[in-house]
Amino acid sequence: MTTALDHSEFLIPGMRCAGCIAKIEGGLQKAPGVSRARVNLTTKRLSVDHDAGMEPADIKALLDRLGFSAELSVNAGAVADRSESRNLLKALGVAGFAAMNIMLLSVSVWSGAEGATRQMFHWLSALIAMPTVAYAGRPFFRSAWTALRRARTNMDVPISIGILIATALSLYETIIGGPHAYFDGAVSLIFFLLAGRYLDSAMRDRARDGAANLLRQTVQGGMVQGADGAVTWRAANEIDPGMLLSVGMGERFAADGRVEQGTSAVDRSLVTGETALDAVSSGDPVLAGTLNVEGPLMIRVTAAGPDTTIAEMARLMETAGQGRSHYVRVADRAARLYAPAVHSLAAMSFIGWMLAGAGWHQALLIAVAVLIITCPCALGLAVPVAQVVAAGSLMRRGILIKDGSALERLAEVDTVRFDKTGTLTLGRMVFEGALSLNPEEAAIALGLAQASRHPLAHAVAQMLQERNVQPVVLTGVKECPGLGVEGAWQGKTARLGKPDWVASQLPGSAGAATAFGIEREGAHVLAFRDALRPDAAHAVGRLAAAGMEVAILSGDREQAVRSVASALGVPAVAELSPADKVARIEQLRGEGKRVLMVGDGLNDGPALAAGNVSMAPASASDVGQTAADLLFLGDSLAPVPIALMAARRTMRVVRQNFVLAIGYNILAVPLAILGLVTPLVAAVAMSTSSILVVANALRLRTCAR
Amino acid sequence: MSGLAVLIPIALMLGLAGLGAFFWSLSSGQFDDLDGAAVRILIEPDEDEIH
Repeated sequence: MTTALDHSEFLIPGMRCAGCIAKIEGGLQKAPGVSRARVNLTTKRLSVDHDAGMEPADIKALLDRLGFSAELSVNAGAVADRSESRNLLKALGVAGFAAMNIMLLSVSVWSGAEGATRQMFHWLSALIAMPTVAYAGRPFFRSAWTALRRARTNMDVPISIGILIATALSLYETIIGGPHAYFDGAVSLIFFLLAGRYLDSAMRDRARDGAANLLRQTVQGGMVQGADGAVTWRAANEIDPGMLLSVGMGERFAADGRVEQGTSAVDRSLVTGETALDAVSSGDPVLAGTLNVEGPLMIRVTAAGPDTTIAEMARLMETAGQGRSHYVRVADRAARLYAPAVHSLAAMSFIGWMLAGAGWHQALLIAVAVLIITCPCALGLAVPVAQVVAAGSLMRRGILIKDGSALERLAEVDTVRFDKTGTLTLGRMVFEGALSLNPEEAAIALGLAQASRHPLAHAVAQMLQERNVQPVVLTGVKECPGLGVEGAWQGKTARLGKPDWVASQLPGSAGAATAFGIEREGAHVLAFRDALRPDAAHAVGRLAAAGMEVAILSGDREQAVRSVASALGVPAVAELSPADKVARIEQLRGEGKRVLMVGDGLNDGPALAAGNVSMAPASASDVGQTAADLLFLGDSLAPVPIALMAARRTMRVVRQNFVLAIGYNILAVPLAILGLVTPLVAAVAMSTSSILVVANALRLRTCAR
Repeated sequence: MSGLAVLIPIALMLGLAGLGAFFWSLSSGQFDDLDGAAVRILIEPDEDEIH
């Protein structure tokens, strides 16, 4: 076989277990045209090698049939992002190898190796240490150099200077046959610091994977009808204004346009956050990314690619997010104070000893000891270890953190703003009241409901299945766009759909209601409501008890918002556009408030990016997931206060770690300045302070209560 | 003392071999999907794959 092979990558947010992997890989490999399918569970990605004749849309349909919703990933940008972690891991491996071997040799020297043996051990150490410092120290040298070039200083400057001077001086000691070499100190310093760096970077990777390019892929493309009437699939960036787009039921629009043919209802919740469907017919505008629910449509494209409303939203989000990138992380703030102090202390010891009459060699040796002792080894570990342990604890409670700094920002929050639809509420229809159908009617209703793809029909089917209703098979089932489904059973017509269509005496649909009726028999209204999350009131109460000022910012209609607001007892503002939400949040931030935004939809994306920190349910739209710093799984809203408390505990431990690390230095530095610190003392001091800091951070294992 | 001349090179070689193995496993993608590797062991192989 010499068929040309193509490669596609998909993001599948829904997979999370061995069963999912087996189902996806097994299911795809059996499909004709697929030669290889491999899942990466960490990044939630699927890579497929397939025949060139196969369209990505086909594979997506296959995945849909397997029960997974997938998004085509346009470029492999996330792979490049991961290389930072990978390089750090390589450097960590090298530093670990070197540190162990040099330590082995150093222990012999400390236990009293003399003369030629010590000399040989020092040379061996030098042999291992020099390439290691050159290779594994690069992350620090690079960052220090970048800072110095801009005439700034960061934590990496004292680290780099300390490592370089210690290595150079030890080499000099080795050449002249001196008794002390600090190779072990320099290399294990690199090892400890790299461990912190790697943890930090791995944590960011886990969440960032694919997030950045998700936005452009809400819809990959659509079926375009050419002049000759032939319909072909085209990627979204190949669709131009003026083209005729055929959009089936249950598909999303690939571009903005006007309806040319057909009637249907559109679910605009992605853009507006509204749950009710909007009826559209010839001439009405539709937006890219929104869902066509009730019937097939032909639309004339008016804007495509970067000109669509959804793309505009993406830009809004980007600008809103820029304010956040100025956030200075706690470790960097500490370094701003710490680095100059360390530098001047080392310089002063050098000058002091020179003035006291010691030779430059001895003075430099002492200055290096001061640098190594004060080097922020424990400080470099203090923050990442605490955050990784806290993140693990939160993960077990179903809360995913996308960025280490998110916990720092979350700990400072004093104001919380909630979106309504999908955040305070479940974002799906839940049956309200008692079921008035008799068993026979219920069975017919289920038969009808299962024949439709309308969200309300889904809700009806789910509600009936939960009540163990078995569906009956109807004949002549047909879906009437904009109205409902009907079918025949025992010679009578049964209908499920808009109340005034099912039976003329029923009122027109107000809110989310559907009706079921059989010809010449009674009709019943089934009322559905977007229910509050089960413990929304409790979660909001806990936030208020923690001193948060809570309110709702919603794009939904006044009436719908008010009922939720009064149920929770918090103020609310309704009918806000995405830009209005951003403006409100920026106003709060301008007043010095630190805002946590909790939202889910595309319409919340910019607001999520504008908040100091943001959370979204894992069921959120892709845009919501991309913009949020934390995601939580499940129907409960309890994770919001839990995450907040955990963040505060984490920062408390981080501060304790700073105190521990600095306190340790205060004890050890006088010894170093007095010239009493040998390489052995330096190694012991460094290791114990690191262990202490890590042990303290481990207390956070149960921080998410 | 002469034992050192043999033992130290052996120790370093073993360490280097470990480092080499680590680099190889890293570049062959074994660290790319740690979560997946942990659960893949639970996947039941198909009947015909067992033989």
